[in-house]
Amino acid sequence: MHVTPVINLALFAQIRQNKYEIVILKTFFRERIACLGGIYNNYLALEAALLDARRRGVEAIFCLGDLGAFGPYPDRVFPLLDRYNVQCIQGNYDHSIGNHLDDCQCGYTDSRDNHFAQISYDYTLANTSSINCEFMRTLPSEIRLQLGSLRVLLCHGSPRRTNEFLWESTSSDHFLRWLADSYDTDVIVTTHTGIKWYRQIPEKQHFINVGVLGRPENNGQTDVWYTILEHQSATSFQVEFIPVQYDFHRLSQEMQNEGLPEEFRATIETGWWTTCLEILPAKERKCGRY
Amino acid sequence: MLTDVPEIELSHLDDLWFQVGGTRCNLSCHHCFISCHPKNNNFGFLTLEDIRCRLAESVTLGVKEYYFTGGEPFLNRDIVPILMETLNYGPATVLTNGTVLKDSWLSELAEAESDSQFSLEFRVSIDGFSPEINDPIRGEGTFSRAMQGVTQLVDHGFLPIITAARTWPLEREEEVVNQFANTLRDAGYKRPRLKILPTLHLGEEENRTHGYRPTERIDHSMMHDFDPSQLICEHSRMVTDRGVHVCPILIESPDSLMGQTLSDSKKRFPLAHGACYTCYQFGAICSNPSK
Repeated sequence: MHVTPVINLALFAQIRQNKYEIVILKTFFRERIACLGGIYNNYLALEAALLDARRRGVEAIFCLGDLGAFGPYPDRVFPLLDRYNVQCIQGNYDHSIGNHLDDCQCGYTDSRDNHFAQISYDYTLANTSSINCEFMRTLPSEIRLQLGSLRVLLCHGSPRRTNEFLWESTSSDHFLRWLADSYDTDVIVTTHTGIKWYRQIPEKQHFINVGVLGRPENNGQTDVWYTILEHQSATSFQVEFIPVQYDFHRLSQEMQNEGLPEEFRATIETGWWTTCLEILPAKERKCGRY
Repeated sequence: MLTDVPEIELSHLDDLWFQVGGTRCNLSCHHCFISCHPKNNNFGFLTLEDIRCRLAESVTLGVKEYYFTGGEPFLNRDIVPILMETLNYGPATVLTNGTVLKDSWLSELAEAESDSQFSLEFRVSIDGFSPEINDPIRGEGTFSRAMQGVTQLVDHGFLPIITAARTWPLEREEEVVNQFANTLRDAGYKRPRLKILPTLHLGEEENRTHGYRPTERIDHSMMHDFDPSQLICEHSRMVTDRGVHVCPILIESPDSLMGQTLSDSKKRFPLAHGACYTCYQFGAICSNPSK
């Protein structure tokens, strides 16, 4: 593996404006990687996904942030990341927990959504060890790598803002092209919204939301998702969304044991979102039950 | 007095607004910040051809979303083809009072949205959960007519965002929102979406309550540690029949006209208006919650 540090001054300035304290920019050369995000304390799904990714023979595993929230026992996530050598970037949740902020910076506007987000945040902050808080505080806000011949930018919400929601139904092609051009990349990879999607931007760029492992994606199924990206010089760029089955009954029971809201457990058990609904655009909202 | 006015730069044109209904409206709401009414022709309708030209330019600039307002957009005979054309380019949001919607239009639009990869959002203005609260502001009988519009939209498969200007004390917010949601559920809208907006002390609202006080302005010290993306003018522009304005709120202020093309309008703008203070206080008041 050839590793070359890259300094992109324009990008560095942007990130500095967003007040992220530590930035690590490196270039990694790969052909097949797994990307996951939005773990939300769901260590059971994380373990299942990591086992699956290793079985599928990926060269490296990347986590796009938001390690905590929603589920039980935050500290159970970190040994798994360590064991599987997962390289992480910082989500808005990790930034908040790492810096002991008052809330998750999730970007909700609805008071009910903020109420439940605060319950989740207070629980996670109170149950995350100081060493894990420090780990999250020092995560980089993006990773750049080379996948085959493509330049790939891994980030949490968008390259320009960690907590930006980029939904499939509210992002025009020309906006995504502008984003990729502005940040000097061929492929943008995100998580944050909780719903996976992929679009090939006319010509040769790509935008991918890898989904989340922390909760189902509001489709009535209990599976959660991660994504494998592959590009070899002889083949076209491949995006494969991978469903992950895990012991959601156990997760739900543990959430109950920890006193987490019934609304959260209902989502885990049914696959329908019960909170964080107001941020959904019309098309995505129509796919859900509530 | 205005020497300490900070200026804001357009970071990127995310949201392109169209004053597609001009200032013509079938209602004369007492809190309307641009005093729209049935005979107000200060700003005219935009045509389908106007919109096509702007959409073409917007592609080169990487616009993310399109918003349509007025006046009442559905008084413009081109509005249905305009929205259908826009859905070929990106997501569209239309702000309406919900009182003049026709089922045939909604059928066409539902089909267009279904065929598009992008969302078509309806935002329906209703300023209270009962005729007693809404009608003194928006006009006699408007609550019932707007609720009928909501029902039409729901029947056609849309999930309209109901927007209400906060004409009640902030401490009553939770109670009002809950009652609002219950009223909408009782009317058949089973999963209501609500967006509460601050009032803007411009236009008719200046007469109904009061205008901005001289102290209600943004100065440089307030911009310290402030996220400028909270301001609409940091990522939006508004097209009217006169040209391109800085934001959807200030179109009646002469200094809001930034140029004739979208590219012309990228200049910095001084945050000198009282409405800028409201935008600063509440953040992104014009955008959808999914932003």
